Order: sequence, then structure tokens, then C-alpha cells
Amino acid sequence: MTSFFLNGKSVTVDDDPSTPLLWVIRDSLGLTGTKFGCGMALCGACTVHLDGNAIRSCVAPLSRVAGKHVTTIEGLSSDLSHPLQLAWIEVDVPQCGYCQSGQLMSAAVLLKENPKPTDKDIDEAMSGNICRCGTYSRIRRAIHRAAEIVVEKRSS
Amino acid sequence: MNHLDDLLKPSSQLPSPGSSPLSPVRTSRIARRDFLKTSAAIGGGLCIAAYVPELAARPLENTPADGTVFAPNAFVRVTPDDSVTVIVNHSEMGQGIYTSLAMLLNEELGADWSKIKVEAAPVDAAYNHTVNGIQMTGGSTTTPSEWERFRKMGAMARLMLLDAAAQQWGVAASECRVEKGLVLHAASGRKATYGSLVTAASQLKPPANIPLKDPRQFTLVGKPTRRLDTPSKINGTAQFGLDVRLPGMLFAVVARPPVFGGKVISFDAAEALKIKGVRAVEQIPSGVAVVADRFWSAKLAREKLKISWNDGENASLSTSKMLEDFSRQSASPGIVAKKAGDPAAALAAAAKTITAEYDVPYLAHAMMEPLNCVVDLRADSCEIWTGTQFETVDRANAAQVAGLPPEKVQIHTTLLGGGFGRRANPVSDFVVEATHVAKIAKAPVKVVWTREDDLAGGWYRPMWHDRFVAGLDAAGNPVAWTHTIVGQSITEGTPFASYTINKEGVDSTSVEGAADILYGIPHLQVDLHSPKIGVPVQWWRSVGHSHTGFSVESFFDEVAHAGRKDPYELRRSLLANQPRMAAVLNLVAEKAGWGKPLPPGRGRGIATHFSFDSYVAQVIEASVEKDGTVRVHRVVCAVDCGRTVNPDIVKAQMEGGIIFGLTAALKTEITLENGRVQQKNFHDYQMLRMFESPEIEVYIVPSEQNPTGVGEPGVPPVASALTNAIFAATGKRVRRLPIRASDLVAGSEAKS
Repeated sequence: MTSFFLNGKSVTVDDDPSTPLLWVIRDSLGLTGTKFGCGMALCGACTVHLDGNAIRSCVAPLSRVAGKHVTTIEGLSSDLSHPLQLAWIEVDVPQCGYCQSGQLMSAAVLLKENPKPTDKDIDEAMSGNICRCGTYSRIRRAIHRAAEIVVEKRSS
Repeated sequence: MNHLDDLLKPSSQLPSPGSSPLSPVRTSRIARRDFLKTSAAIGGGLCIAAYVPELAARPLENTPADGTVFAPNAFVRVTPDDSVTVIVNHSEMGQGIYTSLAMLLNEELGADWSKIKVEAAPVDAAYNHTVNGIQMTGGSTTTPSEWERFRKMGAMARLMLLDAAAQQWGVAASECRVEKGLVLHAASGRKATYGSLVTAASQLKPPANIPLKDPRQFTLVGKPTRRLDTPSKINGTAQFGLDVRLPGMLFAVVARPPVFGGKVISFDAAEALKIKGVRAVEQIPSGVAVVADRFWSAKLAREKLKISWNDGENASLSTSKMLEDFSRQSASPGIVAKKAGDPAAALAAAAKTITAEYDVPYLAHAMMEPLNCVVDLRADSCEIWTGTQFETVDRANAAQVAGLPPEKVQIHTTLLGGGFGRRANPVSDFVVEATHVAKIAKAPVKVVWTREDDLAGGWYRPMWHDRFVAGLDAAGNPVAWTHTIVGQSITEGTPFASYTINKEGVDSTSVEGAADILYGIPHLQVDLHSPKIGVPVQWWRSVGHSHTGFSVESFFDEVAHAGRKDPYELRRSLLANQPRMAAVLNLVAEKAGWGKPLPPGRGRGIATHFSFDSYVAQVIEASVEKDGTVRVHRVVCAVDCGRTVNPDIVKAQMEGGIIFGLTAALKTEITLENGRVQQKNFHDYQMLRMFESPEIEVYIVPSEQNPTGVGEPGVPPVASALTNAIFAATGKRVRRLPIRASDLVAGSEAKS
């Protein structure tokens, strides 16, 4: 049995401790917002937060998260109110949408650590996330926009 | 429905996966009657293939008749809470049609846009493609083919709601109007919500005449409108095929042959069966299936399988050898696809001739969501959940495997995590296989393809070799042009062949974008060799245009330079009789600042391409670093796709098509050695990433023509615009894709 916190709630699973976190979240715990794309930490579709850091859940064994806090796309906000979600809607970023959970989870860590990222910062933080539909220019715009939204919210 | 019964045809024999590859629907030029004949035979089984407007124009049989739902036709439902559900018969794979088709319908319906919901249609003849006669999504045809029908369906509902209100108020319907989900009677000030009219409207007969708005009156269509599916795609609730969960569902993976067409001789499952949670390991036609409680257990167990394969006749396939063979074949003309004037005489008389050969590789679609399919097979029914582009075909093929009539098979189309053509498979490979797995799972089962399975799974864009000779007159203008194409037909041996392959043997999908070039060149020949190779091939975003867009527009650039002409000016002069393309070309040149100075080391390339009835031109600015690394700085794109339903979605499709095209130009190739695909995952089949993603500007030419394709036309000109830019920057001509740094390092000569 392994216990950890998923989006703030304590969960316990009996999967083998070597099972990648991705499949524990999706198949054992039924949260399917975190996506499978490659299984080798190459595409970023499975990005989640582990104690606030972005990790690729497809290569993180369950044992690594025991007792820790995992946040998935379902935990980014309860009501689409995260500045990134607001910006994603404003810019209409997604096409097929499959990679977008991972894009948002990577962007959320970037924005938390760097409230006003430059294009270069975005390149560095986001180049681990592939989008086959080619929404990169909109992701870039939306991250810049989200940074503005944070400022607007603070000053209002 | 006697005329439908005529279309029911007995089963036909299907090729097995890995043998002669079947292929797709090239839609825009298909005579419907021909398509009916061929599609009736698709996949065997009974397959109703027809577009019958009367079916679309009435509700499905299972619609409640108690007045609680107003469903005047198969495409819209209104309920007393004022919510409006638009039933969409095309698959949402990123191209935005869940939004744009809803916009078309609501342009006429006039409901409150915020109350609109979208639902995927079940498989039913009511939802057949208005041109192709089967339920499918592809060929950049969704908007063009639904442009009228969705508006009509909305208008029918509006007229009935108006009538219902007018009858209640005892006034003439002509005195009433609709606005944001309300029927209004101005003279009396009365108003009624759509929801309040559900019962009354349900009792009315549909109107015989359904006039449509003059497009100049549109209030929603043509305006940038936010996508309806965005919220669900950013909070984890969007349901892709891979996200489907059923009670008691098992998971499966399949060990498939390492060589296309290979067969299992024997296998040893002893170690695999020791993995916790494994339920069954059994042979199926496509390999050995491992069924388990969890995906991860199934995957671990598959790694423990010991399988002895008979590799079959494709065991020595090698793409490097094919390259040589293709080049050799291109030295002699193939079957003539297009001939104008007397190219041989014109070449002989030309002041100057130039020749060049181009190569492009096999390409995988590499959708972000790997293939998957959920099947719940019972004694007398079969339910399937998957992201497919080919519902009618998949249903017929699954029915055959299940031993059920097609009407006992239902497909729930989920969102598609990318499609690009792969999910319109003519033999329904991933659906048929999952139905076989369901037989051994004896429970609902989800078959999951890993990325490695997906990349090695075949059904690629074919390898192509193009050989050109051009003759220039003394002024440097091209007067003769010959183009020999070598590559596999994607439709030969398939039920589609009867309408794609002419009696001489030319597959129109092999020569599209080459045989129909828009430039005025008086003497022209395009011919084709179609070698038979055991690699399954199919359509890949932009199909034949994906290679001709590169080769034709690159060679045109060579012709311009050989004749000392500006590449833009030469294109312009030869498009004098093509006003729409000329307008697109001029717009892109203006917006890109064609001819204006660039920073040192940077070059500008230009290309045009006509595909899926749309006109696209692009200018790319690029530079090459000392180590041969290509930097793409800016892409400017102009498109004329007729009227736009949602301009922001058109822009998004162009942006996405450009990234897709750049990935093909710079990154990807599928190669085979000893019959084995060499690429495994995104480390050796690399996608363009954020740090390589250029600035993209898209300009739409205003048009009053009917809408044309949008999903694919952005792709074809990209590679040539880029290689033309590289030539402008470095003087090196790139004639094979993907572009290799080794071809561009200082001092190297780009290889042909």
C-alpha cells in the first residue's frame, strides 16, 4: 500500500511501488486528465506537480511520491479560475487538446517561479512539452497573457 | 426507403492488415454515385453508403415523442430548460468543427450561443457525408460539405419554433422574429423562450421550404468565436478514447510482428502469465494479445512474451535501397497523368534545361494520443468507444469480426487526440484488432497502443521520389516542364481504387498538386511509377500534396534562379490566369516585405500551393548556423478558403499546418532496415518544439465563394518555402527531407 496526497486529498493504492505514477493516477484512481504520450518523459503530456515541481509522471515510480503532494490538471483550479486557464480561454489555445493538461502544468510552475517570463524563459520551460497540433505560438501568447492577468488581479 | 435497400451489398473479401494496404477518401473530386458503389463494399459486411437528405431532416427513431424534447431533425435538440444540443456528425480532432458546425446551425436557429452544447453523433445513415455517402471526417471536407446542411437544420428548427409561438398568440408567423433564444412579436410585445415552445413545436410538421439567410445577413458565421471545447480541454474533463472507463473493463496490449505482414509461428506465455493481474495471453490475427486488469500489467507481461515470428516476404525491405530503386525508376517516364503541348520538342528547343531530383521519406502521423479502442462485445451487441474518423467503415469492419449485423454495432466517437488521417483507416486496423481482443477478453476491454506501437504500426505517408526537367526560353521563362513521380499508391487494391485510379493506372492522390499545377507552362508532362511495396501506406495530412508541395515549389524556385528571375515575380507572371492564387501570392509578398532587406545571414523563401480547393502562399525567413542548424524566424501565410465560418479557427489551422509542415521538413523520417522500422519514440522521431517554433502570421483573403478546405492546405507549401529560404540564405539547394544539418554545414554541397 502506498499513500500520497492527490489534489489535496489523501489517497491509498495497492499498485506495485514500481508502477509509474501516470498509470496509478489514470487507471487506479480514475483521474484521466493526465495524459499518456510516450512513456519516456519525452513529450510532457503526463506532467504533474510533485510538491510543487513539474515532473513527468510516466517515468516517476509510485514509490517516489509516497507521503508527498501530487497535483494534476484537475487540481489546478476547481473552476477554471487559474490565470493560465483564463488566458488559455482568451487566446483559444487548444486544438485537439490532448497535450494541453501537460502544457498547463508545465506553465503553472514556470509562472509561479517566474511571474514575468520572457520568450526565452518560455522556450526553456516549455520545450519539454510537445504539441503535434502546433499550438506553440498561442501557448506563448497565453503564458504572457496569464502573467498580465496575475498583475491585474493583484491590483484590482 | 427502397432506394437504400438497393445499396445493401453482400460482403467482400478484405485484405488482411499488412498485406496490400487499403486507403482513404480523397473527397473533393469524387462523383457520388461512384463512391456509393465503392463504399458499399468497404470492409465487407452490410454498409449503407448514401447521403439521403430526408434522413438527416427528421429525428432519429429513439427520440422521445412525448413533447419533452424538440428534435425536428437529426442535428438539433431543444429542451424546456432552453438548452440547445447540436449533434455533430464529424469527429473533433483539433480542427474546431464542434464549434464551427454549431455556429453554422445556430446562425439560422438563433438560439442563445451560451446555451449551445455539442454532442457526437451516433453512427447512423442520417449522418452520412453529403458528398461521400458514409459517416467520416477527412479530406478537409467538413465545412464545405456541411455548409448548407447545418444551416438548413437550424433554419428548420427556427421556423417551427416561430410557428409554434405564432399559433399560440394567434398572430402570423411572419410578424414574429427570433433573437437569442426568444421568439418575439413586436406589435404586441409578446415573447417566448425556445424552451417554452418545445412541446408545441414538437407537434408541428416541418416546413416544406427552408429558405436560408443571405450570407450578408450573417451575425455569427464569419466572426471570430471562441471554441466551445476549450474549457473541457484545460481542466481534465475532455474525454478522449484513452480516457474511456467502463465497469469491469480490462486493458490489453498486442505484440505485433516486427516486419509488416509477419505471422506468429509460436509463442511462450509462461513468464507473461506470471505477472500479477494478467488474465489472458492469446493469438489474434494481428499478433499476440495480452489482457490484464491494468495497462501497466499488460505492458510488463508483453515484455516477457517469447514469440517466434515468420517475417514473410518483407523481411529484407530497406528504405536506403528503395531510394536507389526509386531514383533509377525515375530516369524513364511512367504512366502519363497529364500532358499538355509537346514537352519533348519544347525541351529540345529550349535555350537552357535544368533537372533535379527530390526525395521525401515515409512519415508517421504521430498523433499525441496513441491509437486505442474500447470494445464491449456481447452475444447480440457490440459497443465501441474510440476516436475515429471513419465511423461507417469501422462499424462494418467490426461487425464482420463480431459476427453481427452492422446495426448491432454502435460506435461512440470520442474526442480525438489528433487524427491527421491515421484514424480513417480503410481496414479499421485498430478497431478490428480491438474487436478480436474483446472476443478473448470476455469483458469490456481497452486496447492501448504505446508510442512505440504507434510509430512502428505502419499506414505511413509514402516515400516519394520526384524527378524534374525544365526547359527555359532565351528570356529565362519556363516553357517546358516534365515531372516523373515514383511512390506507392495509397489506394491501389482498395475499394477506393475505382474512383482514384484511372484506367491507365494513375492514382490521382499520387499526382495531386503536380498534374494540376496552376502555373501557365505551355508544354508539360507529369507521369507516375507506382511500385508495389509491402509497407502499409495511407493518407497523411494533405495526402499527395505533402510531397508535391515540396518538390514542385522547390523546383519552380530552381527554375526561377536558373532563368535569373525573382521567384515571386516569376510566380506572379505565370499566375496571370489564376486570380485567386495571384491575390494570395501578392498578399503574402506584401505582408512579408518581399524584396526588403533582411539581417545578414537570413534568407526569404516563397511558395504557393493549391489543395483541397483552397489557395495558400507562404513566405519563410530562415538562417543556417555554422553547424548546419536551421533557424526558422518567421512564417507569413496567406489563404483564400472561400467564406470563413470562424476566422480564428482558420488561423489556428494554418498555424498548426505550418508547424506540422516544419516538423516534416526539419525532423521526421521513418526508415526501414531488414524490414524493421528503425524509429521507436520521440527521441528518434522528433517533433518540433517550443524553442524551434517561429513567429507565424496568417492573413485571410476575404471571399464570397463557398468555403473550401482548411485543415490540410496549410501544410504543403511549408517545406519548399523553407528550403527556398535556405537557398536564398546560403546558396545551398535542399532536395531531400528531412533537411539535414550535414547537408548545410559550411563547405558541404547539399545532396540531391
